[in-house]
Amino acid sequence: MTHLAGTLEIEPRTLPSKGKVGMLTLIAAESAIFVIFVIAYLFYLGKSLSGPTTAILRPPIFFTICLLSSSFTVHLAVVALRGGRRAPFLGWWVLTFVLGALFLLGTALEWKHLIGEGLTIRANLLGTTYYSLVGLHALHVLVGLVLLGGVTMFALLRKVGQAEAEKVDVLSLYWHFVDAVWVVVFTVVYVVGR
Amino acid sequence: MASNVMAFQGARIEAPTWGETLHEWVTTVDHKRIGLLYILYALLFLAIAGVEALVIRIQLMYPHNGFVSPQVFNRMFTMHGTTMIFFFAMPILFGFGNYLVPLMIGARDMAFPRLNAFSFWLSAFSGFLLYFSFLGGSGLYGAGSAPDVGWWAYAPLTARAFSPGPSTDYWTIAVLVSGFGSIGTAVNLIATILCMRCPGMTLGRMPLLAWLYLTMCGLALIAIPPLSASQMMLLVDRYLGGHFFDTQAGGSATIWMHFFWIFGHPEVYVLVIPAFAFISEIIPVFSRKPIFGYPVMVAASVCIAFVSTSVWAHHMFTIGMNSYANGFFAITTMAVGVPTGIKIFNWLATMWGGRIEFRTPMLFCVAFLFQFLLAGLTGVMLASAPFNWQLGGSYFVVAHFHYVIVGAILFCAFAAFYYWFPKVTGRMLSETLGKWHFWLFVVGFHLTFDTMHVPGLLGMPRRIYTYEAGRGWEGWNAVVTVGAVIQGVAILIFVFNLVRAALTGPKAGNDPWDAWTLEWSTTSPPPEYNFATLPEVRSRRPLWDLKHPEDPDWKYE
Repeated sequence: MTHLAGTLEIEPRTLPSKGKVGMLTLIAAESAIFVIFVIAYLFYLGKSLSGPTTAILRPPIFFTICLLSSSFTVHLAVVALRGGRRAPFLGWWVLTFVLGALFLLGTALEWKHLIGEGLTIRANLLGTTYYSLVGLHALHVLVGLVLLGGVTMFALLRKVGQAEAEKVDVLSLYWHFVDAVWVVVFTVVYVVGR
Repeated sequence: MASNVMAFQGARIEAPTWGETLHEWVTTVDHKRIGLLYILYALLFLAIAGVEALVIRIQLMYPHNGFVSPQVFNRMFTMHGTTMIFFFAMPILFGFGNYLVPLMIGARDMAFPRLNAFSFWLSAFSGFLLYFSFLGGSGLYGAGSAPDVGWWAYAPLTARAFSPGPSTDYWTIAVLVSGFGSIGTAVNLIATILCMRCPGMTLGRMPLLAWLYLTMCGLALIAIPPLSASQMMLLVDRYLGGHFFDTQAGGSATIWMHFFWIFGHPEVYVLVIPAFAFISEIIPVFSRKPIFGYPVMVAASVCIAFVSTSVWAHHMFTIGMNSYANGFFAITTMAVGVPTGIKIFNWLATMWGGRIEFRTPMLFCVAFLFQFLLAGLTGVMLASAPFNWQLGGSYFVVAHFHYVIVGAILFCAFAAFYYWFPKVTGRMLSETLGKWHFWLFVVGFHLTFDTMHVPGLLGMPRRIYTYEAGRGWEGWNAVVTVGAVIQGVAILIFVFNLVRAALTGPKAGNDPWDAWTLEWSTTSPPPEYNFATLPEVRSRRPLWDLKHPEDPDWKYE
């Protein structure tokens, strides 16, 4: 059944990469989840009946810079791998991991401070919505770190080469998404919300 | 055990044992087997939820009936609704999608076979988890601790104070996990359709089924996550002491309704678009004409998906929104009728002037057209906010949405069973039993759901456990129950037909319907690799081109 009747030429074409399509559709679904949490945060702003207010939130400027710059480093890592330069790839990749881990550390320190101020998830609506939104993002960072760590391990075993650039690129899409979500969360929580 | 052993060119190959067969099915990543698992799993839950529907109907058959206790009644309607939507309708549609999409676009499997298996098992285990509630927790005493908060689980019913014990948690976690499964399959189907098409299969030449599944999955990607998000919030409330839906701490019960229906209304279209997909393939074949207005059909489907994301609050007219919101949602809801009407006219135009063959699949399609039109008409009535204030929360609404889900979606699913069964099993279903199934089901359906509108108009609220005599409801309710029993009998005939045909039905051959899409070009059942060589297509009806080389479609497209 190779030629289904007729002489019409089959036009050559290139289909999109299934890895990228899969990741982008997953990102669409994830975005929809975040949208609902953002709506809940904004809807409940200032509606807490008691307890701490947004005045105690401190914008984590340094850790935000860490996370956002990790988007550049992961991009540089992918570019290096595409060119077959393994050593720079590993360097940029590990730096990405470190920056992501620093961000999580920042979240932990911030939460320690807030809990000290009496803002817990059960304290009031601000606590519930804040920890859910920021926590959901932090969970995504954590998942990203596990994946980045996995690739680092394979890279140290010298199993990540030019042939794997496509897969690594797909993973970097996820990491860019995590960063982009933080831009939204930061704007909502620390700019609009205060 | 001679029958278990086959002689093959001197070598003896033993047939697989039961254990090996089971292991093969559990570990399979083949899209056809996963599709079948989805479909069988859905049929199991159709039977369970059908029995629950019968329990509800027997209880409401006459006033002051005491067939079940009020507590059991609440569990029955909760489990019936949840099961039918999440564990029957979604899996059966994903099952057909899994089976058919790769075959119809000329691919050998889905884009991500392992993700496919993972998604199925997520769905499967969430269904089992939901039903474990009858046994687990403080279950099995009385009728167990099954969820009893209704399938939309409005706050604050789900708060710890009003729903102690684990029953609501079974519901939340089962729905959350099945949602992850659905998202996984949606991702997979989109990637398959966009990236795995055979040579020549441009987007404009895809079978409508593939287009409609692409639309449905795109819609599912933005409709299901809000449900997942609200279930996460409910879990935060129930386990971590959060206040999302806790009105005593300033939380809002209304926002749960918004979140739920932001999922809930597009979900109707997630279910009905695949139903459109089935009949868009079946009607042309049994009318012996190509589909009328292919590009318009695609545009109308995408338009339905788009508009359906902005209609959700028509489920909430009765909670008292302001007049801007009422006006907006009434208008958008009525607007859905436009692309839907276009589709109905296109199906009619496909049949117009065709040589129509009323085989069983076609009978179900024709009944669908009538019933879907009527369901749409009561939908437009309910879209009008003042009318809705009178009848929201009444049996009129129950009749309306069952008209959509049974009269449209289930009828299309039956049509799909009769149409593709020969491809899946290699054997034909009995036409005689099929016609018995069809006519009994049509009679039962109309007895139940036409009649059900009337007690609604007479003021009977939904979800009531029993009612007083003398309100004019009792005769109608008795008829509704009789219709439900007739539908049950029809389903038994259907299942008997399936089992008998699978074992002893006449051989179907590759292409029993003289159809035009790629799945009929391979053997029945298809081999594991689907196609020995990847097909190349030049038009929307590749098998027509093959059968009529003197007059191929691509000359006109």
